[in-house]
Amino acid sequence: MTQPFLKIEGLKRQFPQAGKPDPDPVFEDVHFGIERGQFVCVLGHSGCGKTTILNILAGLDEATAGHVIMDGREVRGPSLDRGVVFQSHALMPWLSALKNVEFAVRSRHPEWSREQVRAHAVKYLEMVHLGHAIDKKPAELSGGMKQRVGIARAFSIEPKMLLLDEPFGALDALTRGSIQSELIGIVEATKQTVFMITHDVDEAILLADRIVLMTNGPRAKIAEIVVNPMPRPRDRETLHQQPEFYPLRNHLVDFLVKRSRAFAPGADWDPKNPPLVYPGAPARAAA
Amino acid sequence: MTRNKPWLAPLLSALFFALFVGVWYLATSTTAAPVAGPAVDPEYAALLGAQAATGGQSAMPGPGEVAAKIWEHVLDPFYDRGTNDKGLGIQIGYSIARVLGGYLLAALVAIPLGFLIGMSPLVYKALDPFIQILKPISPLAWMPLALYTIKDSGISAIFVIFICSLWPMLVNTAFGVASVRREWLNVARTLEVKPIRRAFLVILPAAAPTILTGMRISIGIAWLVIVAAEMLVGGTGIGYFVWNEWNNLSITNIITAILLIGLVGMLLDHLLAWVARAISWRE
Ligand SMILES: Nc1ncnc2c1ncn2[C@@H]1O[C@H](COP(=O)(O)OP(=O)(O)OP(=O)(O)O)[C@@H](O)[C@H]1O
Ligand SMILES: [Mg+2]
Repeated sequence: MTQPFLKIEGLKRQFPQAGKPDPDPVFEDVHFGIERGQFVCVLGHSGCGKTTILNILAGLDEATAGHVIMDGREVRGPSLDRGVVFQSHALMPWLSALKNVEFAVRSRHPEWSREQVRAHAVKYLEMVHLGHAIDKKPAELSGGMKQRVGIARAFSIEPKMLLLDEPFGALDALTRGSIQSELIGIVEATKQTVFMITHDVDEAILLADRIVLMTNGPRAKIAEIVVNPMPRPRDRETLHQQPEFYPLRNHLVDFLVKRSRAFAPGADWDPKNPPLVYPGAPARAAA
Repeated sequence: MTRNKPWLAPLLSALFFALFVGVWYLATSTTAAPVAGPAVDPEYAALLGAQAATGGQSAMPGPGEVAAKIWEHVLDPFYDRGTNDKGLGIQIGYSIARVLGGYLLAALVAIPLGFLIGMSPLVYKALDPFIQILKPISPLAWMPLALYTIKDSGISAIFVIFICSLWPMLVNTAFGVASVRREWLNVARTLEVKPIRRAFLVILPAAAPTILTGMRISIGIAWLVIVAAEMLVGGTGIGYFVWNEWNNLSITNIITAILLIGLVGMLLDHLLAWVARAISWRE
């Protein structure tokens, strides 16, 4: 078997606690891989350590044990190879939408001329349909628009991989739907590799090729990795008419409601190789 | 209410002003009456100076006299008739120059140092005891030491302004820099932004409103202190002018100077408020 594009091995994170020399790790023994061009979502209850994993992948936080290997090299510290869309959009309020994106482009290409930087930033803002609002400050943008600027900023550096931390968490259902569609369009066009955290089962089904299911913390583990049997690109309108939709959805909801809390691994469960599960599509699994 | 009557507040202000001038006029014109009777004791008159020697007049001038004096100064603000008789424009010019000199020097020291303190918890902890002790010292307490070591009264005044402007800028800069949002720093880290670029393009704009608050407090304090400092060191400046006019017992000149001090203080404050508005950001 060849090495996946991104490989996470034996990851563990302990946060120091007063009076405890060996506090419970948030998660331990986390192993999984992401192939180039794959869209992977992580589902798990609040506090299981999803953001912590994403921060470690981004290089913003350090694991207590284990390591992350991307494209053959170990991840040590943040890098322009991994674009991050923060949960709270993290735009700089003193810069306009355009200047926020230009800041990222300039970081990526310090040698570019002013016009080149601007043209590149505008291109990505237009990609998220914000061509009309490039000179607005974040305070003058709606929540969804801010989130889209954050997405444009992350995409504009053309990273090898995107890390999204609940990027649509704060949005209403309508805005969320339209930005999801935009994201699908961009990812299809750029063949981006994406790692995304979400709380929303339907969002995971729509976007992800693989859904990583985490048990509750502390000592969270990866219970299994669910393979989305429905082919890309998936369309929100027709998704639920496909025969695999409800079996998949029920499987995920069932995990979140019941199994995530009292996860009892079988004898053959191996943390180094979390089982791949193909709900609703046994035939495809066999193929 | 005030929304559809924007003239109401200015009208009220004008009314208060008229009331104040009216009371002032009445107060000064009635005290003038009894004094007008018997001749003033010549010894007392000699003590009080020229004004009282004229006899019939109250030492406290009325609004008319002050207005005339102001007009006189407005017509000729920059005359220079020797060390003790310079125009108000020249005197206030000296004061402004000293304040700006000391203040800008303080900014030059406080902002970079505040940056350092705000970015490094270690430096913060190391310097905190010194700041704690030095901050509450009245700037004028430094004056004798400054005069002794610097041996130049003008520079000593600038030093006192420097010292009093330093602390608010230092403390605010350190606080502003230390409380830059983690998420903006994380954005800079994921973009591999170099330290200098991060300092100027992320931390400085993020902390700028807090820094400006410190700068605004500092200019206010500096302007308060300069008057007292110039009374001490003498020579030139609006503070010296006030003190000198007190010796001449020219109350009209003192009142004129007081008004001018208030006016310039307000302008300085407005200037910084304007800068603060220009660099502030809204989330
Ligand atoms: N800096 C920190 N210091 C101490 N504990 C922390 C720190 N950051 C996170 N934790 C703990 O680690 C656990 C996982 O946090 P994390 O933010 O990764 O959860 P999450 O899965 O992203 O949750 P949510 O879905 O609510 O965002 C939590 O119990 C939290 O208390
Ligand atoms: Mg989280």
